[in-house]
Amino acid sequence: MSHATLKQLSDGLAAGKFSSVEVTQNFINKINNLNKSLNCFISVDEARSLTQARTADALRAAGRAQPLTGVPIAQKDIFCAQGWLTTCGSKMLSNFVSPYDAHVIERFNQTGAVNLGKTNMDEFAMGSSNETSFYGPVRNPWDRERVPGGSSGGSAAAVAARMAPAATGTDTGGSIRQPAALTGICGLKPTYGVVSRYGMIAFASSLDQGGPMAHTAEDMALMLNVMAGFDARDSTSLQRAATDYTADLARPLAGLRIGLPREFFAQGVSADVAKAVEAAIAEYKKLGCSVVDVNLPNMGLSVPVYYVLAPAEASSNLSRFDGVRYGYRARDYTNLTDLYQKTRAEGFGAEVKRRILIGTYVLSHGYYDAYYIRAQKLRRLIAQDFTNAFKQCDVMMGPTTPSTAFKLGEKSGDPVQMYLSDIYTIAVNLAGLPGMSIPCGFDGAGLPVGLQIIGDYFSEARMLNVAHRYQQVTDWHMRTPKDIGEGVSA
Amino acid sequence: MKWEVVIGLETHAQLSTASKIFSGASTAFGAEPNTQACAVDLALPGVLPVLNKGAVERAIRFGLAVDANINRRSVFARKNYFYPDLPKGYQISQYELPVVEGGSIKIHVGEMEKTVRLTRAHLEEDAGKSLHEDFQGSTGIDLNRAGTPLLEIVSEPDMRSAAEAVAYAKKLHALVRWIDICDGNMQEGSFRCDANVSVRPEGSDKLGTRCEIKNLNSFRFLEQAINFEVRRQIEIIEDGGKIVQETRLYDPDKGETRSMRSKEDAHDYRYFPDPDLLPLEVTEPLISETKENLPELPDQRQQRYVSELGLSHNEATALTANRDIGDYFESVALSSLKSGESLGNADFKLCANWVINDIAAKMNEEENLPSWAFRVSSDTVGRIILRIREGAINARTGKNLLARFWEEGRRNSEGRGNYIHGGAPDETDEIIREEGLGQVSDAGAIEKIVDEVLAANAQQVADYQAGKEKAFNSLVGQAMKATKGKANPQQVNEILKRKLAQ
Repeated sequence: MSHATLKQLSDGLAAGKFSSVEVTQNFINKINNLNKSLNCFISVDEARSLTQARTADALRAAGRAQPLTGVPIAQKDIFCAQGWLTTCGSKMLSNFVSPYDAHVIERFNQTGAVNLGKTNMDEFAMGSSNETSFYGPVRNPWDRERVPGGSSGGSAAAVAARMAPAATGTDTGGSIRQPAALTGICGLKPTYGVVSRYGMIAFASSLDQGGPMAHTAEDMALMLNVMAGFDARDSTSLQRAATDYTADLARPLAGLRIGLPREFFAQGVSADVAKAVEAAIAEYKKLGCSVVDVNLPNMGLSVPVYYVLAPAEASSNLSRFDGVRYGYRARDYTNLTDLYQKTRAEGFGAEVKRRILIGTYVLSHGYYDAYYIRAQKLRRLIAQDFTNAFKQCDVMMGPTTPSTAFKLGEKSGDPVQMYLSDIYTIAVNLAGLPGMSIPCGFDGAGLPVGLQIIGDYFSEARMLNVAHRYQQVTDWHMRTPKDIGEGVSA
Repeated sequence: MKWEVVIGLETHAQLSTASKIFSGASTAFGAEPNTQACAVDLALPGVLPVLNKGAVERAIRFGLAVDANINRRSVFARKNYFYPDLPKGYQISQYELPVVEGGSIKIHVGEMEKTVRLTRAHLEEDAGKSLHEDFQGSTGIDLNRAGTPLLEIVSEPDMRSAAEAVAYAKKLHALVRWIDICDGNMQEGSFRCDANVSVRPEGSDKLGTRCEIKNLNSFRFLEQAINFEVRRQIEIIEDGGKIVQETRLYDPDKGETRSMRSKEDAHDYRYFPDPDLLPLEVTEPLISETKENLPELPDQRQQRYVSELGLSHNEATALTANRDIGDYFESVALSSLKSGESLGNADFKLCANWVINDIAAKMNEEENLPSWAFRVSSDTVGRIILRIREGAINARTGKNLLARFWEEGRRNSEGRGNYIHGGAPDETDEIIREEGLGQVSDAGAIEKIVDEVLAANAQQVADYQAGKEKAFNSLVGQAMKATKGKANPQQVNEILKRKLAQ
């Protein structure tokens, strides 16, 4: 059962092959077995999850089940969930039990899905390796000496290790796609504004977007059907007609024009990754797609632009963590300033502090124009590059990451090296476009490689279709790491 | 040396929306601490602001009322600083692109009219309150006020005296209430001013270094604070010193301003556009709709009263102190018409006289009476005036009736949550009839009474004829008294004069 896809679980529940309580218990057992070594979950609440599972079974018995009713889904610990510890991977929120549900949590609850637990993540989603979490690093199930990527590393590793059939993630500069690539699963960052950010703890508001992480494109479509949609509580949420993201999955790909941004295949990409991506593109040609080279001339600026804008927003977004109303508060302080200083010095980790400092600096008087304003202008140029390129193609493809999973500690001492691991994903966030990563092979060491698919605004249904057709003729997405125990297939 | 004072005002007007500017929590004043602060106001992790359209509409209404530009696109920015009553660690305000730019306010000081230009008016949220005195050894935080919508109205440094600044503040205060965007309650902090004050040698066109006096919540304090600050600055300069740019607080108990923080301690607020809020787009239909719904403005009404109704400038000013008194006046005029008479024939002077000298005066006698809570309805007052105009009663009887009804209205409303009018139009007529208050205009009857008065007051008659004019008034008074005040006073005058001349 635990190697099953979301779709298979959904069908099995509908056919009465097993109950939600059984499915949920099965995954909880898996978590109990593996979490010690992989550290994917920050919070598991067996009783709470099973209560939800029983409610789901009752809904089904009453004939009121929807596709994801009774299916367990792990939630990134960045989403506020009522009654759940919601830490965002930080000591600062290590005692914060949310009194309310994020929009995404609310949607899953409404459809009767089971919250399987809250997954580990880089502190406040700032990191690409899951090493900045207050709760310790997550290990990659394919090689436990290696990182799962970040910041949604707990979600990615949990799905890869079959501790959860699917999970939510959030992506500010690649935090869904990069860990999906490094753990051999699928991840989709929707167009900015498709999934409400309400209740999703903000890192960089103009870039953050929640999305699904799962084994197949079809599973992501099922999840996006629940997660997407207008929410009046998020002013950047977009009002659009509801889409059934599963409707077009089987559409043939003949005639699809795939753009290959030259910048994605230039220096920096490892030979194994390039080889796997090229093989995937060859597979697409067999499916009737054509290939065209495109240019994104300003893409090289995306990392520096991102590391001005994201920290700027973060420095302000994280100001609310001051120890006054909730969360961690320093034990001893002599006055207000001392309370602030000690609370924030003790409550935040090094990477978060680094970004708050950078952000404060680039917004400060005298530097604002040179950094923030310039970065905003470049951001528009980067977005324009994509718009121009999409005149020549329907989707773009390239590697999700320059290399496969790196070792724990390998880059944590060198922030710039760490930042460069998101070089292919960041531009997509700056442009607000949808981006996806799907497994497309392995390197020589047996580590998964991710294929990045970038679509035009609101083309998630088309992208899912493009991924689904590929997954009909390949099985990279169904490979499992060793040493994750037995699973029962549905 | 002669000094010129230069003053600019920044006014915070709390907008009268039922809910906050970025959340659904109530804005009602006076609730238990922290009972009107929702997740958004508390800045829980993950919450997001959503702009209250009512606040935008009120800002536009203000912009149109002062003939300003309404920016079709304006931007909310974050003003970053740490303070416990600022839950997010930043205040959402408009910085580079405000919703309203330009405009002006006309003020009168003595005989002089002056136009004060406005720089801008922008939307922002209020902070919560720190309660330093309620808890020993610690500070309480009340976030009920956090997120309350404010319109910050910034003037150009166009005022040249405390009197001008007060005239401007009063005019602005009347205007925001007039167009119904702010309740103007200064005790509750719904309308408060910061004054930027500097001095310079007369004739200089260079501005002196200014000090900002924060949070002046009464016109009296505004005047006192500016006057103190002007004296302080002049003294420093005349003693060879220099003004340091700083923020100062006014202490009403000591009657002085004192330093709060200097420019060196000023925060770097690190303003940047709030990525949680889209730029505010104001559409043409919203502007034209707001324009249509805008009431006649005080200056327009004042001009109409002078040019169309023939009132004096002072009368027109008194009747436009607020919208209620003017509406009341117009309604009184309508009710005072004889049957078949058109509004153009109303005795506006007489009605204005009554409303200003009797109604407004009575309103002012009672503290905390809302400007709309007239104790006697305009219909009743109009009926009294109608009966006077018809000659059915004389003015004195009319005033007596008004006083009686007013007192009745006051008693009716005592200890109740609402206001109940005293008297009624038909009751006016009943009382006149039942108590025989009708004016005596029978020339024969009056002559008879005058004869009796003259016979009984030989001394006063002699005094009058010896040139003492005052004696005449005394004789009129005697005659009126003899008719219990009901005689037509004009007739009494005429008959008395005629008889005395004989």
